[in-house]
Amino acid sequence: MWKSYDDLNVLKGVSFELAQRDVKVIFGPSGSGKSTLLRCINMLEPPDKGEVYLSGQNLMESKANINALRAKIGMVFQHFNLFSHLKAIDNVSIGLRRVKKLPKEEARERALEALQRVRLAEWADHYPAELSGGQQQRVGIARALVMEPDVILFDEPTSALDPELIGEVLQVMLDLAKAGTTMVVVTHELGFARAVSSEMLYLDGGVIVERGTPEHFFTAPKSERVRRFLNQISILYGGHEKLLELSKKEKNE
Amino acid sequence: MPDLFDIFFYIIIHGLFNTLLLTALGLLGGFLLGIILAIMRVYGAKELIWLSSGYEKLLRGIPILILIFIFAFGMPDLFWYLDLLDRPIASVILALALRSGAYQSQIFRGAILSVNPGQMEAARALGMSKVQAFRSIIMPQALRLAVPSWTNEYAVVIKDSSFAYAVGIVEMTKAAYDLGVGFTNLWALSIGAVAILYFLFTYPVARLFGERQTKKLKKLGMGGG
Repeated sequence: MWKSYDDLNVLKGVSFELAQRDVKVIFGPSGSGKSTLLRCINMLEPPDKGEVYLSGQNLMESKANINALRAKIGMVFQHFNLFSHLKAIDNVSIGLRRVKKLPKEEARERALEALQRVRLAEWADHYPAELSGGQQQRVGIARALVMEPDVILFDEPTSALDPELIGEVLQVMLDLAKAGTTMVVVTHELGFARAVSSEMLYLDGGVIVERGTPEHFFTAPKSERVRRFLNQISILYGGHEKLLELSKKEKNE
Repeated sequence: MPDLFDIFFYIIIHGLFNTLLLTALGLLGGFLLGIILAIMRVYGAKELIWLSSGYEKLLRGIPILILIFIFAFGMPDLFWYLDLLDRPIASVILALALRSGAYQSQIFRGAILSVNPGQMEAARALGMSKVQAFRSIIMPQALRLAVPSWTNEYAVVIKDSSFAYAVGIVEMTKAAYDLGVGFTNLWALSIGAVAILYFLFTYPVARLFGERQTKKLKKLGMGGG
């Protein structure tokens, strides 16, 4: 698909497929179009050109029941986007009640189960403002999970979290991946990618520059841009030796 | 010689009901109109935006008294289906509602826009239509955000209801006025009393609902885009 905003071409012919139980990680520098890509997939911002198929159905030609189809694609947001006037349990159950028209009791039961899966059952009656960032994001994941979507899209789910809270969210995402959830994750958390992703796609300047298994990227990436990016990232993630090296270099200069 | 208490009593007995009636219906009409205009302004196409903002500009430029005169004297058959004696009250309610609608539209528009846009995204990502998302997610939050400004609007409308005296309706201001005209030595007391009454009806409400809600909103971390 292709997508531009005014004169800016954000996506220039991006294409990939997703099978059930796949966990695909999209990574790359900011401004490369990663968030836009996700929003094109669930038609929140339809692409200008191209097709999006969900189980054989072309979303671009389904204007009539796009909402029902969108309910089959879950989304977890960087800034959580929880409904601040609703308690956690209601945040999770409202999709079931309004979209799937489930009765209140059943919706509440399923919501509680989803909250249990993300280990937040005791916080069901708390408002988002009373929860930590990590807890809010887990509620966001429960909210997406409870709708039993065909695929869940994650838009940099841990980027807005304090470091010590990232772990609990990644743990939940790991559990989901191991349980067979189909996921598309935009993230910088390459450790997560390495652990569970079936394929990684490097997006830069609106195109997929390189794609392959995690092993491919971490042993022999082909493109120079990818190598440079991975290098920069590795400083963040326990590249302790890297930092020391860099600071030694500066001292000598 | 009637004392202050007698004067309060007189004004309340003769005027409070109509004051509250005018205020309640004026505010209600303004609420319905304001919400419609706000939705038109935030979600509507160019033409609706133009209509809505044009209406606001127009109504904000006309004094409430003139509006009342237009409907009560300028258009005497506007409420043709009503008894002649009921028409002035209807005219005042209409004038209050139209004017309040213009201001409430601003309040609700601001409140709707204050709700974090990510909320709409999340609601639609769940599969809600824009309408569902607005009703279940945006509106409830916008209404809560609007309460502090809204209590201010209530204070304005109840004070504006005093203009009804100009078309012969006996509400609190007219009651105080009649008292003064009938017993000129009681002017100061009756005007003072009615002023105190208006104050009693506005200040506690603003404190109770307006400030309490502002605190609650802060606790929930709502709004602020």
